[in-house]
Amino acid sequence: MNETATASGYNFAYLDEQTKRMIRRAILKAIAIPGYQVPFASREMPMPYGWGTGGVQVTAAVLGPDDTLKVIDQGSDDTTNAVSIRKFFERTAGVKTTTKTTDASVIQTRHRVPEEKLRADQILVYQVPIPEPLRFLEPRETETRQLHALAEYGLMHVKLYEDIARHGRIATTYAYPVEVAGRYVMDPSPVPKFDNPKIGDCAALQLYGAGREKRIYAVPPHTKVKSLDFEDHPFRVQTFREPCALCAAEDVYLDEVVLDDRGGRMFVCSDTDYCEQRRTDGHRGKMLGKVPLGGEAA
Amino acid sequence: MTARVKLEQVSKAFTLHLRGGMQLDVVQDVTFDVDAHECVVLGGPSGAGKSSLLKIIYGNYRCDAGHVLVRDGDAFTDIAEAEPRVVLSLRNRVMGYVSQFLRVIPRVGALDVVANAGRESGLDADIAKERARELLAALNVPERMWNLPPATFSGGEQQRVNIARGFIADLPVLLLDEPTASLDAKNRAVVIDLIEQKKAQGTAIIGIFHDDDVRERVASRVIDITRFKATAAA
Amino acid sequence: MSPLLCARGLSKSYGPRVACSGVSLDLHEGEVLAVVGESGSGKSTLLGLLATEIAPDAGQVNYRFRDGTARDLHTLSEAERRLLMRTDWGFIRQDAMQGLRMPVSAGGNVGERLMAVGHRHYGNIRETAEDWLSRVEIDPGRIDDTPKTFSGGMRQRLQIARNLVTHPRLVFMDEPTSGLDVSVQARLLDLIRGLVSELGLAVIIVTHDLAVARLLSHRIMVMKGGRAIEAGLTDQVLDDPREPYTQLLVSSVLAA
Repeated sequence: MNETATASGYNFAYLDEQTKRMIRRAILKAIAIPGYQVPFASREMPMPYGWGTGGVQVTAAVLGPDDTLKVIDQGSDDTTNAVSIRKFFERTAGVKTTTKTTDASVIQTRHRVPEEKLRADQILVYQVPIPEPLRFLEPRETETRQLHALAEYGLMHVKLYEDIARHGRIATTYAYPVEVAGRYVMDPSPVPKFDNPKIGDCAALQLYGAGREKRIYAVPPHTKVKSLDFEDHPFRVQTFREPCALCAAEDVYLDEVVLDDRGGRMFVCSDTDYCEQRRTDGHRGKMLGKVPLGGEAA
Repeated sequence: MTARVKLEQVSKAFTLHLRGGMQLDVVQDVTFDVDAHECVVLGGPSGAGKSSLLKIIYGNYRCDAGHVLVRDGDAFTDIAEAEPRVVLSLRNRVMGYVSQFLRVIPRVGALDVVANAGRESGLDADIAKERARELLAALNVPERMWNLPPATFSGGEQQRVNIARGFIADLPVLLLDEPTASLDAKNRAVVIDLIEQKKAQGTAIIGIFHDDDVRERVASRVIDITRFKATAAA
Repeated sequence: MSPLLCARGLSKSYGPRVACSGVSLDLHEGEVLAVVGESGSGKSTLLGLLATEIAPDAGQVNYRFRDGTARDLHTLSEAERRLLMRTDWGFIRQDAMQGLRMPVSAGGNVGERLMAVGHRHYGNIRETAEDWLSRVEIDPGRIDDTPKTFSGGMRQRLQIARNLVTHPRLVFMDEPTSGLDVSVQARLLDLIRGLVSELGLAVIIVTHDLAVARLLSHRIMVMKGGRAIEAGLTDQVLDDPREPYTQLLVSSVLAA
């Protein structure tokens, strides 16, 4: 722990111990009831809502001095959001940070699950904007809580039905609803549905924090997570026609990068750490060397 | 002889609350039986309560005192105190009622109006349709009108559709409230034929007929319902 | 056979105002009961009490379930109550906006109950929805349109399809035809009449319109000041009303 780098006047990881204890109790309850949204007394954080205040509070509550933290935003470690949260914990907790998935013990994420298979000694913390999967069809909170309590999830399928009716297929591509441990239907946060299979039977503990909506929920290690679907329209993840242009990875989630204003574009790994690791390991995509690395900035 | 319908001292008065509780006597102590194969014609001057009495038997008007016993299989049901659903069930299975007015059902064609009445009383769909055709033809309703809703028909045409509706079923008891009023001679004769057929089949009929000639032709007996009142007074 | 629904002594007050007082009724399978009265007579409260949407101050409602057992509805758990409401019961609301999901397509509206009871085959759900749309005389070609684009009459017909898709045994209707044009009303009434007799539904319909009661119901119950003041065979009560209030009600209507 680097004492000099830590800002003085703040408790470890910014939140006071009482608050962290309260959040930990909510987390324990969330783990005990997989997929159930546990209300908690979300605190004001020194950043605006929508910047991951829920995730930050959960991270603060689980973080210890020996942890190594990684923060990603849409798969990338170097966006403003990821950088500022990482800095926040460097200054208030003095913990080590990393961009390497394998080196991290706590990973806070927005919009992605890392491609690297997670381990039992890791915790994945999701930032969640709207935790309620039924919200768009049923605006009343009293009613959605009833629906969860009674496991009345017909509405969720109405949403998928509407998708197929309108688009000929289930067009929901992110925040795709899942049933957790055969009981609660959960919004996996706005990760691409490509990541849904990684949430199920995962060795790491997965925690979800929604700051503005004051909810915490969890998927304990090795929990069964099923993406909702119809018998004749089964759940399918996105597929990509070509491998990553930089590291040639297949079966990963790719971002489209526009290269110029003449229609030039390429597809590269959304998970920048994974992509870099593969290139270090010698994998070479067809565009490697032809565009500047980290071409997402283009 | 076993009676199909037994009226025992049936009395009825209207209390008109909107006219300061005025009492209007309708019928008093009416008592008679009607057997199978019989057509009993109700007599008495206009305003004697003949039509009201038919409505009492049908359960359309309440019976204040006395009993209206209608045979249902081996037992009698007292319409005067039967549950609504029992009355409805009797109307479907036992007792038909034909007035001169058709209660128009929007959008249903004449043939179906008639056939549906048959089906409601338990006839097979095909048989009901076949009989409906025969009846409408016999009553001179032009075939081109059969699939049109009777709402658009003339009064006489509607009346004939209504008669077909009333006669299609094989119910043990039939109540007829001036079914021949304002029909022309040709169609009156058809109705007389239909009544005779019903009698021959064993139907017990209670009817009101304005025309003397029809009454002469169909009546087994004529009962002046005002005489019960006179007896009661005496 | 015991009644399908059996209510005894139902009472409900809102503060000093008595909305419903000591109302009892039986309803058998296939029976249509009209509850009539003017606004404020307590008929809508009674419907709410029977449909377990309002808790009574006194009295009980027994319902005979499909397995033959009769149970007091107000002792059901919330889960049981909801299951009943979306399978064995229907509720047609006066305001289609309350009875439908307006942003959801017609097919989704009809399919919701099926999905709620576990149907998970899109093609089958859609086929059933199409079938029901034609049965309520909505062009199946409009299956993907939302009810926002439907006329008032179509919305009510969609509500009917949405409710009947699970073949309920008992349907509550709260003024289903009011607010519609007369010609639209006639068509809707005729449709309801046909479906009710074809499916052998038991119906409790609340209406202030005696013509609606005459056309649809077997029995009628007249309410005034929260009390059931007269009940009986529909044509008997309308043609030979006994109570002063019922006589007034009947005489105030043009050719009911």
